Amino acid sequence: MLDREIAASIFETLRAHTTADEIELLIAGTRSALTRFANNTIHQNVEEENQHISVRVSFGGRTARATTNKHDDESLRRVVQSAEALARVQQEDPDLLPMPTPGEVAQSATAIAPRVSRYFDNTASLTPHDRAAAVAPMVNVAKRHALTSAGIFSSSHSVEGIFNSRGVADWYEQTLAEASITMLGDTSSGWQKANSPDITQLDPARLAKIAAEKAVASKDPIELSPGKYTVILEPSAVLDAVGFMFWDFGGSALLEQRSFLNDRIGTQLFGANINVWDDAYHPLQTGVPFDGEGMKRHRINLIENGMVRAVTYARSSARRMRQSEMAGRVGPIAATGHGFSLPNEIGEAPMNIVFAGADPGQVQSIEQMIDSTERGVLVTRLWYIREVDPYEKILTGMTRDGTFLVEDGKIRGGIRNFRFNESLIPMLQNVEALGEAVRASGEESLDMVVPAMKVRDFNFTETTKF
Amino acid sequence: MKEIASWALETAKLRGASLAEARIVDERQRSLATKNGKIASASDAESLGVGIRVIADGAFGFAATDDLSRDGVQSCAARAVDIAKSSATVKAHELRMVPEPPHRAEWASPCAVDPFSISVEKNLELLFAIDTELRKNKGVTLAEANMHFRRYEQWFFSSEGSEIHQTVVTTGAGYAALSFEGAAIQKRSYPNSFGGQYQNRGYELIEEMKLLEHAPEIAEQAVALHSAEQCPEGTLDIVLDSAQLSLQIHESIGHPIELDRVLGMEANFAGTSFLTLDKLRTLKYGSEIVNVVADATEAHGPGLGTFAYDDEGVAAQRTPIITNGLFTGYLSSRDTAAAIGAARSGGCLRAESWNRLPIVRMTNVSILPSDKPLTLEELISATDRGILMQTNRSWSIDDKRYNFQFGCEMGWEIVGGKRGRMIKNPSYSGITTEFWNSMDAICSRDEWTLWGTPNCGKGQPQQVMGTGHGAAPARFRKIAVGTAYKGSN
Repeated sequence: MLDREIAASIFETLRAHTTADEIELLIAGTRSALTRFANNTIHQNVEEENQHISVRVSFGGRTARATTNKHDDESLRRVVQSAEALARVQQEDPDLLPMPTPGEVAQSATAIAPRVSRYFDNTASLTPHDRAAAVAPMVNVAKRHALTSAGIFSSSHSVEGIFNSRGVADWYEQTLAEASITMLGDTSSGWQKANSPDITQLDPARLAKIAAEKAVASKDPIELSPGKYTVILEPSAVLDAVGFMFWDFGGSALLEQRSFLNDRIGTQLFGANINVWDDAYHPLQTGVPFDGEGMKRHRINLIENGMVRAVTYARSSARRMRQSEMAGRVGPIAATGHGFSLPNEIGEAPMNIVFAGADPGQVQSIEQMIDSTERGVLVTRLWYIREVDPYEKILTGMTRDGTFLVEDGKIRGGIRNFRFNESLIPMLQNVEALGEAVRASGEESLDMVVPAMKVRDFNFTETTKF
Repeated sequence: MKEIASWALETAKLRGASLAEARIVDERQRSLATKNGKIASASDAESLGVGIRVIADGAFGFAATDDLSRDGVQSCAARAVDIAKSSATVKAHELRMVPEPPHRAEWASPCAVDPFSISVEKNLELLFAIDTELRKNKGVTLAEANMHFRRYEQWFFSSEGSEIHQTVVTTGAGYAALSFEGAAIQKRSYPNSFGGQYQNRGYELIEEMKLLEHAPEIAEQAVALHSAEQCPEGTLDIVLDSAQLSLQIHESIGHPIELDRVLGMEANFAGTSFLTLDKLRTLKYGSEIVNVVADATEAHGPGLGTFAYDDEGVAAQRTPIITNGLFTGYLSSRDTAAAIGAARSGGCLRAESWNRLPIVRMTNVSILPSDKPLTLEELISATDRGILMQTNRSWSIDDKRYNFQFGCEMGWEIVGGKRGRMIKNPSYSGITTEFWNSMDAICSRDEWTLWGTPNCGKGQPQQVMGTGHGAAPARFRKIAVGTAYKGSN
């Protein structure tokens, strides 16, 4: 496994090989394993060890990148030469900045929270037999309920570092354990998923129990007519939908006029109970705390009381925005440490979303949301979400794995899954209640800290056959 | 490479494996992209490693490493066997595989012009020329153009005696014009959306696509969409262009026929399938003119699903999937074929690279064109009222592959057999088998294109695969249209 010393040594070798004005190394190593099961059997079981040595060079305003997974001297020489050959033939980019210095990194790092440790030895040292032993009780839950289980139990240890020829050097290490389970009956299913850097925070048997209860409770689903319903979205359902909008919260997206926030920053776009920020240091977050140039990630308030306040910037997009005619109407402009590695097509985006839960005293549990609902739908998760309209942020997708009719404050039973076509803008204007913000994971968007939500007038347009 | 593989196979056997396979991959990629007159991406990447799959104690294990030293490979093989033995502790039945004779072969995909031999200056010259042409239209607010090349060299060795060396070159390119005006962002792409067209060929593909020549029209259409009519809501006949039909095939035929999905092996992530085993050779999947094949052979064309042997050493095959409307075949592998009592694997086990376990994937899943001459213009002329929909913009389908909804970039009203007004935000939805049973016309070979979908995601951990889909424009009767904006505030 790579460590900081080996990485620093690799960088010195690259520096010795380059003729470029500047050189940068983004280096990552991973050891990951995943035990997969279906039909109550472990049917796929994998482990991988790999590294990425990604080199960027600059000649004046020309830059390019080359990547290899080998760190012998010949491979390092070759990757430098590839990057240099690509960079030399680029046109000069007047917006390409010199690589940052440690001083610039330190100067921009205002109000940065202390790092959290996300490496846990007990997670890094999990063996195949440990993972199989974690799967067995999940399968046993299925068998007790006469259900079929499918899912995963995975663990990983990853490292990531950045070094540049102007003296920037940073390093990050993390472990992650994850369990996801689907319980299948003849006419229904249930699902749960969770992850944590610390294996002791995961309870796979409990996840299996909840998924099984959902599968049993939703059997023999009835069909409801499409229409607008009050929905109670569990945190994973919220996450997978709202995640689609955060790719637009970047200066480059605004400058290129591909963001739904164009002409909308500073407006009351969402309900007053919507508060969202990006925070790589939040105790329930994971992920590297510096960006693709080594700038430290800021905590940044994106939405305050429903008003979009700010977006993220890389160094170059911040400078371009200051010089643009949009500058006076896009909120604060400063490099926020969210740039992707250069060169890239996206620019920057928030990667550690925290959605505030309800104010103290107003937090509602899912049970309380159900209790207060005259007629509505409880949604466990959303699936195959795609963007129908990029400016109105209309999304389409399906409900899945545990969708219930709620009537007069009680769950009445399972219903056939719906297709929805809903815009995130009215959806987040129509939030009637919020739960406690928790760490959640889905399949369509990045992990987030996010509450459950009760939303009125959610637009279900069609029903499927199950 | 044979020596490296021998370290893996011998170690696995010594540790108790009844079957061992070593797949060594040396991969190189180049990505170039421009955006509004500037470079957006310029990168080269290479990756080399080995993936080792074994069966021990009646269960699978897989381990992969980038360390190709003797110690590294032997350690990886030992881990694969240990993983298999841990799998066997939660096992409902013994793993079975249908037989496949060992093969010794060398194969390379057809490539007239090595894309890596073309200078980057020439690549960029074309991308910037496209960019300039698109942005001549002042209504275009964002111009994006890209090229991507890949050389994938794989050596496969198995304890059953197979030694297969294959080299595949892939080329892809495309561009898009986005226009932001008022409260809408409209987009037009060429030759296809989400990156363009991809095939297992060389640079000759890019020359054939005549990318620059189409740029002015694409830019004009992106801007014109703002003043086009909104797609009506209702039930209408639709004609889908071949690019959109290729994605329809991918989502509503290609995925549900994956036998691992049918057998529940993807239930936690990608989902299952409505094509339960009782439906094979009994279900009327489509109308009588619907004929679909899964064909990995060279004869089908240089699609992203073309190879000589799959990633467990099974020879490429052509499998009839839908024959005159009847459901006749799945995509299978050696273990999934055994699970349904089939005699042979369909040769559909594929992995993204050395570090991923091969799983059942589409090859080239294509609809056959009409054998009677019919052009797109003739099909339009024969349509009284409907909408022609072109180039995909959004796609979504449920986890058993029944209910789907697609949005396209642009539509054209058809009235009295003639193209009428431009339609913006066209969308349609349906239930898979009802949809395919409504197909009553398909164009002929001259209108058929073997499209490439370069980024199909499946599996845990997720892996991306290129798949091919041949399609010609086709007509579908009485389809729900405008559904994506139904009930919008």
